[in-house]
Amino acid sequence: MRRGISIGCLLALLAACACAQTTLIRNATVLTVTKGTIENGSVLIENGKIAAIGKNVSAPADATVVDATGKYLMPGIIDCHSHTAIEGGVNEGTVSDSSMVNIKDVIDPTDINIYRGLAGGLTISNVLHGSANAIGGQTIVVKLRWGKSAQEMIMQGAKPGIKFALGENPKRQGYPGSFFSAAPVERRYPGTRMGVEEVIRESFTEAKNYQAEWKEYNERVARGEHPIPPRRDLRLEPLVEVLEGKRYVHAHCYRSDEILMLLRVADEMGFKIRTLQHALEGYKVAKEIAEHGAGASTFSDWWSYKIEAYDATPYNVAIMMRHGVVVSVNSDSDELQRHLNLEAAKSMRYGDLTEDQALALVTINPAKQLGIDDQVGSIEVGKSADLVLFDQHPLSNYSKALKVWIDGHEYFDRERDLENRPKFDQRKKELLDKETANPKPAVPSK
Amino acid sequence: MCKNEEICRACDWTMDSMKQGLRTSGLVLIVAVMAVAEVPSAIAIKDAHVVTVSGADLPKATVLLRDGLIQDVGPNLAIPADAWVIDGTGLTVYPGFIDGLSTWGIPGAAATPARTAAGVAPTPAPKPAATPSASEEPPRHGPEDRPQNHSFERAADMVTPSDQRLAAARAAGFTTAATFPNQGIFEGLGAMIDLAGARGRDMVVAQPIGQQILFRVSGFGRSGFPNSLMGNIAYVRQLFLDLNQYKEAQQMYEAHPAGNRRLEYDHDLEGLAESPRLLLPADEEQQIDRILSLGRELKHPFVLYGLHEAYKRVDELKQAKVPALISLKWPEKPKDADPSDIPNYRDLSMRQQAPAVPGMLAKAGVSFAFYSDGLDTAPDLKKAVKKAVDAGLSRADAIRALTLSAAQIYGVSDRLGSIEKGKIANLVVMKGDAFEDKTTVEYLFVDGTEFEPSKDLQKPPANKEREQKPAAAEGDTN
Repeated sequence: MRRGISIGCLLALLAACACAQTTLIRNATVLTVTKGTIENGSVLIENGKIAAIGKNVSAPADATVVDATGKYLMPGIIDCHSHTAIEGGVNEGTVSDSSMVNIKDVIDPTDINIYRGLAGGLTISNVLHGSANAIGGQTIVVKLRWGKSAQEMIMQGAKPGIKFALGENPKRQGYPGSFFSAAPVERRYPGTRMGVEEVIRESFTEAKNYQAEWKEYNERVARGEHPIPPRRDLRLEPLVEVLEGKRYVHAHCYRSDEILMLLRVADEMGFKIRTLQHALEGYKVAKEIAEHGAGASTFSDWWSYKIEAYDATPYNVAIMMRHGVVVSVNSDSDELQRHLNLEAAKSMRYGDLTEDQALALVTINPAKQLGIDDQVGSIEVGKSADLVLFDQHPLSNYSKALKVWIDGHEYFDRERDLENRPKFDQRKKELLDKETANPKPAVPSK
Repeated sequence: MCKNEEICRACDWTMDSMKQGLRTSGLVLIVAVMAVAEVPSAIAIKDAHVVTVSGADLPKATVLLRDGLIQDVGPNLAIPADAWVIDGTGLTVYPGFIDGLSTWGIPGAAATPARTAAGVAPTPAPKPAATPSASEEPPRHGPEDRPQNHSFERAADMVTPSDQRLAAARAAGFTTAATFPNQGIFEGLGAMIDLAGARGRDMVVAQPIGQQILFRVSGFGRSGFPNSLMGNIAYVRQLFLDLNQYKEAQQMYEAHPAGNRRLEYDHDLEGLAESPRLLLPADEEQQIDRILSLGRELKHPFVLYGLHEAYKRVDELKQAKVPALISLKWPEKPKDADPSDIPNYRDLSMRQQAPAVPGMLAKAGVSFAFYSDGLDTAPDLKKAVKKAVDAGLSRADAIRALTLSAAQIYGVSDRLGSIEKGKIANLVVMKGDAFEDKTTVEYLFVDGTEFEPSKDLQKPPANKEREQKPAAAEGDTN
């Protein structure tokens, strides 16, 4: 590996040292989330998977042993709504249906927010297109393997998604003029909530025609005819995948009326909404959401930041949960993603969730929503070793993440981070000094 | 400079005519060109140090030029009676330098900004009287509207010897450029041009040599697809799918016209189909990864340009066997930076390490060339290459990158890029080693026509505040 000196590279090298090895985390309070809490428990990591859990776990002689006495081990935190590490724009907001664009193409693995997320125990993010249009871009689930390439961060086995958006954001583009400039801006359909609904219905009608066109072509080819092949359409292909159940819909929404609208359009068109994102008025239609089988990924106690977020309540999580909706709490933010454990804790205050129920909001529940709960989201034998070691109970305001493992690799270590800071400062100072000593060498200044 | 007074006089006369011809236009130009025809058709540069690039260096040899071609090169050549003789004692002859990705010759085209080579560049602001810009077009609603698509336009049709930057480029030793129109996302078909000629069409050595793609966003207050990096990528991907379908449908129609509807002629796709290679932007490490994977997906030969952070991706580039065009506009501390701003670590590293990229790629055996990227004065270009040499690139490899490698990348090394019998007589004759401060370009030959670049153009401007760049009157960057 021929890497230069930069923080990213150094961290990559450090990360590379934490090779796939056998690790025993000993004597921790193990918060499995799904199987209760084990006091003075140990977890054995082998080949990137959780190999054993219990009070008495023996490890091979060459295993790295982490003494976690007095510390808390929980599953890696999962964020079902993130815009971290997107390069060159979160929205392709120029069109009302931008399903041809794909977040997978623009993941920036050098975004420092990945590392900052890790430092808060975050291990998986559902990276979404923005909410500027009714049907936004394709989305991707990434593991925060800091130091690796974008390709290596993409989580294998996680179904890709597509972003939908309802309400104020997608219809905002319909106003004349731009909020930011006096220059006239091309009005973009739609300008109303009705229009948002129509865009979704229209696009899926097109997608069905497209599906039929290809079906007919393939049948004609099979009959030995020589038809002209139809054009492949990157906008419609992901929608066909939605119809075929190969791609999840993550829909940004606030109001209960439009939540119902979306569920009805989906039923009519024959596809499923996998998650309702934000869904601040989800509590009003929790029964209907549960009946459709959609999950809800909401905020803990953030509301009133826009008109359609006025009629919200921090009890939203608890109410939806008790109606049988799989609920998660998300960040939608580079900052919030660093302490999602504390966001989850708020639901204990508002709605009396148990510790396990609260932790589930940022672990097994988002895993279920993303269809990856067979791999991650709890501490169970056979699951990927995505683990976070906290110094105190993670639902405490005073807790700090000490170590983070993804697939058994240690990607964050608080002590090492603190230790390395003066070294990075020194290196940076050297670079600055060098530049000051030799200013602008490529431009003659005689 | 010439020992032979007669030749000297003849040279002066020719040069005067040429200069006059370049300065004025129309009729005078034609007269000047006709006058050139009277010049003896052979020139011998004797007793010079000849850097052939393709073969061994010849410490004392003669290069014989005739009819715009290199007739012969070697020690102890018999000099024909009709040849002008230039005494090359103390001089070094190199193949003329090639700008690997240029706008030289197209006066209206500003160069591609380096730092945005693989991020997203703003769409240039509309120029009132110039070519219709993207903003004047109706907003585009998706790839099917082919926004900012100039794939079918040809640099060969746009180049003109009246571009004032050509004189400065020649003063830096450049005789040739891979020129692309700087417009839109699909920029058009490039041409390999010689940096002199009576008319634009006389300058074209080969075309089309490729299609440059630059990711652009329409920006705040503007509208129209695409307005994000992912939108640009989806657009490029869709167009190549369309191209495949177009070709397949054409074949199918040709074989079975009866019963099938005839196909629409699509010049956007014709332009793509005609591109022998794509030039794709990639400056930073993650961009290099991304574009390598996109390029493979498109199943079309491609070249990367930018590469300032390629010091982190040397092995990947080597494995990919994809040629690289390295921007000579090294990242630098911004001139008007806020003194209280502390640059981030990555930018600092890039500023320090980018010039080491050429040396590292040379050691790894990656094929690369340089491109001017908006630098258009001789001192700037020289300093920029020197910076790479100071950072570990051998002088020979620097020369190779500026000559034979550039020709190879564009598939024209059979006619350009080295001093070999039969190749086009594009040469630069220097006093001193290339890229050194005191070195001057004494003669320059483009298609065998001799130039004596002005020494003024080769000197850095005297003022501390840089004077009006003589060559950048039009098409200045940014």
